[in-house]
Amino acid sequence: MRIFPLPWPVAVKASAGSAAGRPSRCLALLILLLSLCLTAGAAQAQSSEAGDDAAALELLEALDVASYPAKGEAIDAIVQSDDPRARDWLSALLDGRLQRTDDGRFVVVLDNRGREWPVEDALSGEALGEMSRRELDRIGINNALRNQLRSAIAVVDLYSADLALRRASAERLLGEVDADLAEPLAGVIEQEEDRRVRARLTQALAIHRLEQGEVDAVADLKGSLHPRVRVALNRAVMGDDPVVADAAQAALNSIEQNLRINRGLETLYFGLSLGSVLVLAAIGLAITFGVMGVINMAHGELIMLGAYTTWAMQQLLPGQPGLALILSIPAGFMVAALAGIAIERGVIQFLKGRPLETLLATFGISLILQQLVRTGISPLNRTVITPEWMSGSLVINDALSLTLNRMYVLGFALVVFAGLMLVMRRTRLGLEVRAVTQNRAMARSMGIRATRVDILTFALGSGVAGLAGVALSQLTNVGPNLGQNYIIDSFMVVVFGGVGNLWGTLVAGLSLGVINQVLEPWAGAVLAKIIVLVFIILFIQKRPRGLFPQKGRAAEG
Amino acid sequence: MNASRRKVLSRPYLRTNLRPSQLAAAALVTTASLGFSAQVLAEDPIKVGILHSLSGTMAISESTLKDTVEMLIEQQNEQGGLLGRQLEAVVVDPASNWPLFAERARELLAQHEVDVVFGNWTSVSRKAVLPVFEELNGLLFYPVQYEGEESSENVFYTGAAPNQQAIPAVEYLLNEVGVERWVLAGTDYVYPRTTNRILEAFLKEEHGVADDDIMINYTPFGHSDWQNIVAEIRRFGSEGKKTAVVSTINGDANVPFYRELANQGIDAADIPVVAFSVGEQELSGIDTAPLVGHLAAWNYFMSVDTDENYDFIDAWIDYTGDEEAVTNDPMEAHYIGFNMWAEAVRKAGTTDVDAIKEAIIGVTVPNLTGGYAAMMPNHHITKPVLIGEVQDNGQFDIVWQTPSTVAGDAWSDYLPGSRDLIADWRAPMRCGNFNVATGSCGGSTAAEEAEAALAE
Repeated sequence: MRIFPLPWPVAVKASAGSAAGRPSRCLALLILLLSLCLTAGAAQAQSSEAGDDAAALELLEALDVASYPAKGEAIDAIVQSDDPRARDWLSALLDGRLQRTDDGRFVVVLDNRGREWPVEDALSGEALGEMSRRELDRIGINNALRNQLRSAIAVVDLYSADLALRRASAERLLGEVDADLAEPLAGVIEQEEDRRVRARLTQALAIHRLEQGEVDAVADLKGSLHPRVRVALNRAVMGDDPVVADAAQAALNSIEQNLRINRGLETLYFGLSLGSVLVLAAIGLAITFGVMGVINMAHGELIMLGAYTTWAMQQLLPGQPGLALILSIPAGFMVAALAGIAIERGVIQFLKGRPLETLLATFGISLILQQLVRTGISPLNRTVITPEWMSGSLVINDALSLTLNRMYVLGFALVVFAGLMLVMRRTRLGLEVRAVTQNRAMARSMGIRATRVDILTFALGSGVAGLAGVALSQLTNVGPNLGQNYIIDSFMVVVFGGVGNLWGTLVAGLSLGVINQVLEPWAGAVLAKIIVLVFIILFIQKRPRGLFPQKGRAAEG
Repeated sequence: MNASRRKVLSRPYLRTNLRPSQLAAAALVTTASLGFSAQVLAEDPIKVGILHSLSGTMAISESTLKDTVEMLIEQQNEQGGLLGRQLEAVVVDPASNWPLFAERARELLAQHEVDVVFGNWTSVSRKAVLPVFEELNGLLFYPVQYEGEESSENVFYTGAAPNQQAIPAVEYLLNEVGVERWVLAGTDYVYPRTTNRILEAFLKEEHGVADDDIMINYTPFGHSDWQNIVAEIRRFGSEGKKTAVVSTINGDANVPFYRELANQGIDAADIPVVAFSVGEQELSGIDTAPLVGHLAAWNYFMSVDTDENYDFIDAWIDYTGDEEAVTNDPMEAHYIGFNMWAEAVRKAGTTDVDAIKEAIIGVTVPNLTGGYAAMMPNHHITKPVLIGEVQDNGQFDIVWQTPSTVAGDAWSDYLPGSRDLIADWRAPMRCGNFNVATGSCGGSTAAEEAEAALAE
C-alpha cells in the first residue's frame, strides 16, 4: 500500500472537478454531498485507489481525538466523502469495532471476546490475524455520537438497494428531517416503490413541514400512532398559529382515542403473558400436587434444572442458540423427569400419606439441589442467549407491539397445556392415573400397578416443570435461585384454580396474570402483588376448594 | 457540582511509599537465615476475617469478594507478610441472612480474635453488624457503594458514597446528554430509597426539575415481569423531552429488565439507563447485546487502561484459573482497603485496632485507575467517578470521568436532616455525626439503626 501525503482528500478534489484550494473545500463538500444524494444508488462508487487510502487515513485519523464534538465533525466528514467504505467504517465505529493499533494502523475488530481478538485492516480489508487487546485502542463513542451515526447511516441507507435497510432508514428518519434533508427527501419519496417506506418518509417530511407551519401537513399525520408524530402535533398545538393549532388538536383527539384502545390491548397481552408464565410454572405442580397430592417443595428446583439444561445445551452447541433451545425442550423434560423419579423413589415413596414430612423432606431436597448447583456449576447466573427469531417484537401498529419472546412462551404454555390434557384424557397412562388417584385400592384390585403409575405421574409432573424451566430461561435469570422465585406463585395458582383440576390451573394462572397487570400501573408492582395475595386469601376463605372444585366421591377422599 | 463540594485532594497526605517497604519485607524474609525464618513462623499469624455470604441469594455477588481478599492475602504473604508475620484468612459464611451476619461478626471478633474484617455487601447486613463492631472494637472494611448517612468509628467505607456515584452520574446526564425527564427506578429497600430521595431533592432544588418530569418506581426483589413498567417508561419518555432512567435496581432483577427494554425497542440512544448496581460481574450473567450503550456509574471498570489494572486482572485470572473471570468495582474497593490497612499496620508498627484507626487517616495508596486513594477523616476515601457504556462483550467503555478524585461525603448535603452533619474521627472531634448548627455530637446510634434495619 502506497500512501501519498496529500493535504486534503483526493476524492474531494476529483469530484469538484478542479484543483480546489483549502478555502473552497467546504463548498466542494457541499456540492459533493448533493451529487452523492442525487446519483448514489445508481452509480457504483469509484474503485479504491492507493490515493484514496491517504484521504481515507486522514478521515479516520480525525476520529482518533479525545473530544466527542470533534469526533462528531469527523463523522460528518466521513459521511460527506464518497468513499465506498464509509458505511462499513461508520457501522464498525457504531459497534465499537473500529480500533487503532499501537503503531497507528486502523483496524476493524471482528470478535471482541477473550483477550486475543481477530482483526482486519480498516483500509485494505486484509485480515491481520489475532491481536492482544493491550495493543489496541478503541475509538470510543458516546450515545450522542451513536445517535448521529445511526442518522448518518440512515441517510446513506435511504438510497440502498436493500429494502430492509430502506425500511429501517425510513423508521429512523421520522422526526429527524431538517431543512437540508427535506429537499432531497421529496425526490426520494417520488421514486420510492415500497408503500411502507413511502408512507413513513411522507410522515417524516410532514413533521418537518408542520414545524415550518404548513397546515396541510396535518393531513399526512392524521391517524398515525407514532410517538414522534404525537410530539410534533403537541408542539403544533402549543404553537402561535391558531389555524395550525386547531387542526393539530383535532388530529390529536382522534389519535388519543385510538391510543386508549391500544393501551387496553397491550395490558391484556401483558396480563396473558404473565399468566402464561404462571401457568407453565404451576402446571407440573398441578399434576404432582393437584392429582397425586404430593406437596413437592422441590418443584421450583425442577424448573431450575430445566433452565440449566438449556444453558448446557447452548454450551454444547456454540453459535446455534436457536437449535440448542429447541433441543432443550425434550432434554429439559428428560432431565427434570429423571430427577423427579429419583426424588420419588428416594424419598417421597417412603412418606406416603404424611404431608408434613413430605413437605419438610422435599424442602430439604430443594436446598440440596440449590447448593449443588452453586458449588457444582457456579453461584453466578449463567448466560442463556435469546435466539434471533425470539428477540424484538411483532409490530401491530405504532402504539402496539407484542414482544416476541413472550409470545412464544404464551404459545408454548398453551401447547404444553393441550399436550397434558391429551395425556390425561386420551392415553392409558392418563386413565390409570385418574383411576389410582380416585380410588387406589380399587384400581390395584383391577390390576393397575399403582406404584408404577405413581412413578410415571411424578415423572410427568417433574418433566413439565423442566419444560417450564426451558421457557423461563428466555425470560429471567438462570441461576441457583430461579426455582425459589416461582414455588410460591405455583402453589398459589394451583390452590386458587382448584386442586386436581388442570383447567382450573389454566384459568387461575391467566386471570391472576391479567389482574396483576391491570393493577400494576396504578398500584405499583409491590402493592399489586400484595393486593393479589390478599384477594386470594379472601377467595380461599369463601371457596376453600378454589375456582373449579373437584366434585363427587373423589373429592371426599 | 460546585467547586467546594468536590473536595479535590490537593494536600499531600502522608504518602509513605508502598513498594520499597514491601521490597524490604520481602528481602528480609528471603535473605534471612533458616533459624530466623523459623522464628518468624513461630510468631502468631495476623488474622484477617472475611465476612461474605458464600451461600444464599447474595452468594452471587459476595463469593468473588471472599476470593479477592484471599488472593490479596496470598500476595501479601508471598512478599513476606506484614511486620514479619504471615497473614491468615478466617472465612465465615453468614449465608445471606442479616441477623446471622451479626452472629458471625461476633464469632470473628470474640472467638477468632481477628485483627481486621473485610466484608458485607447489603446495607442491611452492614447495619446489623455495626453494634457488634462498635461493642468489640473491631475494624470493618466495607467495599460496596452505599446510600451514605452513616459514619462509624469502626467502619471504613471503601465503596462510593452517593456524592461519588449517583450525583456525578446525574450531572453527567444533565450536562453532557441534556436529559430533562427522569425515571428513578429501584428495588424496594433502603439503598434505592435513600439514593432516590437524595437525587429527587438534588434535581428539584439544584436544577429546578418539575414534579411532572420525575417518575419514581419501586419493585420487589427479584422482580421478573417488567412489561408494564417498561411500557410506562416508554410512554413517559416519548413526550418530546430527553429522558433517562436512573436505576438502583438490584442484582437479579436487572436481566429481565434490560431484556424487556430491548424487546420493547427502547434503545440506549433514545432512553439511556444509568445503573448504580450493574457491573462486570452482573453482566457476565447476561446476553449483553441488547444492553449496548446503557450506562453505569462506578469508580472502577475492568476496561480501565492502566498497567496496575492489567496486573490486577492477570493476577485475578491466574488466581481463579478462569480465563473469563471478570473484575469489578467492589473488588477494587477491597484492593484499596486491604492496601490501606496494610500500610496503616506498617505505619503503626502494630495491628492494634486503636493504633490502626489513628494511623490510617491520611494514608494514601494507588488505586487501579491510575491515581491515588486517600483515607479521609470521615472514614470514606477519595475516588474518581467514571461513567461507562456497556459494550457487546460485557465490558464498559469509559465515556466520561471526573477530572480529579472526589472525597466521599458521609452525610448528604441534599437531605434536610443530614445537611448540617459532618464526620471527623480525628482528635479532638472524634465524632461520626457532629452537627455544625448546634455544635454537638449525636453519638453512636448503631444499635437503634441495626434494630430498625432488621425489623424491615
